[in-house]
Amino acid sequence: MSAVVKLTDVHKSFGPLKVLNGVSFEVGRGEVVAMIGQSGSGKSTALRCINALEKIEQGSIEVCGHAIHGEKLDKRALRLDVGIVFQSYNLFPHLTAEQNIMLAPTCVKGIGRREARELARDCLNRVGLADKAGHYPEQLSGGQQQRVAIARSLAMQPKVMLFDEVTSALDPQLTGEVLRVMEDLARGGMTMILVTHEMGFARKVATHVIYMRQGKVWEVLPGHRLNDPDTPELREFIGSDL
Amino acid sequence: MPSFGLGHLWFLLIAAGWTIALSAIAFLGGGVLGFFIALARISESRLLRGLSGAYVQLVQGTPLLILLFLIYFGLAIIGLDQLPALIAAGAGLTIYSSGFLAEIWRGCLQSVPKTQWEAAECLAMTRWQRLTRVILPQAMRIATAPTVGFLVQIVKNTSLASVVGFVELSQAGKLINNSTFQPFAVFLTVAALYFLICYPLSAWSRGLERRLNVGRR
Repeated sequence: MSAVVKLTDVHKSFGPLKVLNGVSFEVGRGEVVAMIGQSGSGKSTALRCINALEKIEQGSIEVCGHAIHGEKLDKRALRLDVGIVFQSYNLFPHLTAEQNIMLAPTCVKGIGRREARELARDCLNRVGLADKAGHYPEQLSGGQQQRVAIARSLAMQPKVMLFDEVTSALDPQLTGEVLRVMEDLARGGMTMILVTHEMGFARKVATHVIYMRQGKVWEVLPGHRLNDPDTPELREFIGSDL
Repeated sequence: MPSFGLGHLWFLLIAAGWTIALSAIAFLGGGVLGFFIALARISESRLLRGLSGAYVQLVQGTPLLILLFLIYFGLAIIGLDQLPALIAAGAGLTIYSSGFLAEIWRGCLQSVPKTQWEAAECLAMTRWQRLTRVILPQAMRIATAPTVGFLVQIVKNTSLASVVGFVELSQAGKLINNSTFQPFAVFLTVAALYFLICYPLSAWSRGLERRLNVGRR
């Protein structure tokens, strides 16, 4: 299977701080890859590099045929293929849930308003929020906002979805409703890369788990084997979670 | 010597009309110019940022009085026919307000979280779409109160236009006082007229501020 996302020996520093120190991994179509690791291990940075939100200094990243490291990267074409959901939702506060979802399809893809509204309803339906179309973000709970953010991203019909600690700001109950939506997506065959602290979710849903440590891929293992890692570092990391 | 009467009051009211007209010119002209300068201030181009920053520094560091002198007398010397007072005063006030409005609006644009730019960027929106569809609607909400507040400053500063011979409210007051020599009656009336123009504006500004602080952000 050809890789949808492929990182090869990626290096990235913030000033004197080396964040990514030779990261390589591949994600195939339909795979769900969970990146775990301590804060500062570089997992969020790696995710942001995949979407060209951060520039890399060395190595190469290929995403759906786009060379992220290249000089001639068409960022807008890349973003049509890659959706991202953030920890802090980043919904547009001046727009309703439905308008948040309609905005990019109408102004980027030129879809008519009527069709865009149907698309928005459809996406809200998929995240279980059909009844919240007219609500503004501040009228929604954190979990609902995050689900709208996922719907907003879905409406652009990306080939890959990135999730950057999307449940870290939510309480356990709200976390559950967001994870259920993500699980549905995974079952629907979406290629997903997620940075997460939810070990249970990673074990259950992830095709592969990537354990990042000190800016490197420390260990890669199938999700179902997360209980039984090879390296003592990952064993300790998992242990500290329980 | 004539004493301050209805005829004089009528003259003041007409002059107050000119004060409002001049304020409107300064606000609209300065608003358009200031808007583009504010955009240049947050541009991705270092050159545009530098140039617009220098412009703002220069305008904010120059007294309005000197700006008016420069335009009214300076342009005449370098060969342009002396400008009509309304044009000269309008141009001076436009430049003055553009410098301040640009800086007020730059602040408002930058107070919209960076993550909003980022979220829009990740939805494949162009920089212009991000600005007009996501950032500006939020920045305008923040900008309304300070902008209306600055409008009050513009109204009061139009009084300086009298130095280039423009008969607005202050100049009219001075003329009437020269013939009646009743400074208290004349200038208290002038002050009252300024108050009548400015008070609704500042009340509106305060109202906006209250509403935006309590309501949706």
